[in-house]
Amino acid sequence: MSKLIYLDNAATTAVRPEVFEAMKPHFLEEYANPSSVYTFAQHSARAVENARSQIADMLHAKTSEIYFTAGGSESDNWAIKAIADLKKEKGKHIITSKIEHHAVLHTCEYLEKQGYEVTYLNVDENGLISLEELKASIRPDTILISIMFANNEIGTIEPIAEIGKIAKEHNIIFHTDAVQAFAHVPIDVEEMNIDALSASGHKFNGPKGIGFLYLRSNIRIQPLIHGGAQERGKRAGTINTPGIVGMGKAAELAQKEMDSRIEKETQVRDYLIQKIRDNIPYVKLNGDEQKRLPNNVNFSFRFVEGEALLLMLDRAGICGSSGSACTSGSLDPSHVLLAIGLPHEIAHGSLRLTLSEETTKEDADYVVEQLQTIIEKLRSMSPLYEDFVKGEQKNV
Amino acid sequence: MYSEKVMDHFTNPRNVGEIENASGVGTVGNAKCGDIMRIYLDIDEDTKVIKDCKFKTFGCGAAVATSSMATELVMGKTIYEALEVTNKAVMEALDGLPPVKVHCSLLAEEAIHAALWDYAQNHGIVIEGLSEPKADIHEGEEENEE
Repeated sequence: MSKLIYLDNAATTAVRPEVFEAMKPHFLEEYANPSSVYTFAQHSARAVENARSQIADMLHAKTSEIYFTAGGSESDNWAIKAIADLKKEKGKHIITSKIEHHAVLHTCEYLEKQGYEVTYLNVDENGLISLEELKASIRPDTILISIMFANNEIGTIEPIAEIGKIAKEHNIIFHTDAVQAFAHVPIDVEEMNIDALSASGHKFNGPKGIGFLYLRSNIRIQPLIHGGAQERGKRAGTINTPGIVGMGKAAELAQKEMDSRIEKETQVRDYLIQKIRDNIPYVKLNGDEQKRLPNNVNFSFRFVEGEALLLMLDRAGICGSSGSACTSGSLDPSHVLLAIGLPHEIAHGSLRLTLSEETTKEDADYVVEQLQTIIEKLRSMSPLYEDFVKGEQKNV
Repeated sequence: MYSEKVMDHFTNPRNVGEIENASGVGTVGNAKCGDIMRIYLDIDEDTKVIKDCKFKTFGCGAAVATSSMATELVMGKTIYEALEVTNKAVMEALDGLPPVKVHCSLLAEEAIHAALWDYAQNHGIVIEGLSEPKADIHEGEEENEE
């Protein structure tokens, strides 16, 4: 196979061999429906409950507070809609941010059509919400605050513990979309006063099609799927044993290796950031330098369009992603990049590279070497660059 | 997602560059939408044949490929023949474009027209069937900078 440098781990990750091995028997041998009575099924039931404990322990939650779902989007949809429904007598005001994932934003827009009011908090140039603006937005009828743990595009980590404290003081439920953060950075739902949290297995080397919702035990929402008694009667449907076991194993490994992984990824991340800055002119790092996911690098390259950049990188065997309009399927570039105040043409030229623990400094060297050539080529074709250079010459 | 022809014209674009003292220059699109095309024409005064054509494009793979193809299609044609090069012709020559990228081929057609218009203005002639191109991109740019 030709060279492949996969730097799109925020999109999805490889299943780790240990995870795959843990799942395998649940396809081939231990295939029983865990809801059945016989001993054979109890093996499966135990494996599912082990995974639940694993995840609950990691969050400092109770096992009864973990509901398995099909992924992050489902968890976000369920949490927000069900909490809105639960609290509708108290009020119909929700606070979220402008840089949430579409699973949250579109759910909030749906609720607006149902008569709810939603405040979308601004973010600063690094993508951080303002706690002052949050406090000022709280009203007597505010029932839910939903702020993402870490942003999927620019990697900014929000002040979750501070938000949790404010929510608790005002007796408002706090949900966080932790799809990019869970198993990547430490999360403690007790310490951080998190009432509900969404996560997805395939973002941390688990399988696709499985996720979970953590929901504090005193919050009694309506079922998402009516039917059997699975997931304490809240989400009917035969339990996805291999998926759950795989996600549990991935969580176990992530917990065991979190410190070393954070250290390793942060080193390569900062090396790559520095190297891009040192070697390519007219670039801007998007997102906060410090409060940042260990594996996220996001740059804007002026005078260059993101899709063209991705196609060129692909030819060099490098997989990345962009917030340009051409890659989003709409006319506008990413809502996150616009929310941090980037002008359209600079937002169009963004590149996200998300590392894994396998990414090395040699990979980073190769990427920067390729990027230099590609950016130079695209700029040589760009009328924006031509105008910029002519403007510079005039000013000299 | 893209045909082989599109990828070929994207990775090895034909006629990239500028023409000094060009007979006509046209720039269309705006940075806000993520596409800007600029076409330079060198036109023979007597025969009205396009002797040379170059482009610069800020945009996606399809934007670059349609610009490249458009320059190839008008090269060697008279200005009247060049006016007949439609976005459809550009698309067909590229073996098609994904539906969301059709606007790139329209932009290529507009860029040729804008360059022809500039030529006509510079030389005080009227090219039948050619109308003034849409507003200059720089208006949009200045708004962004403020």
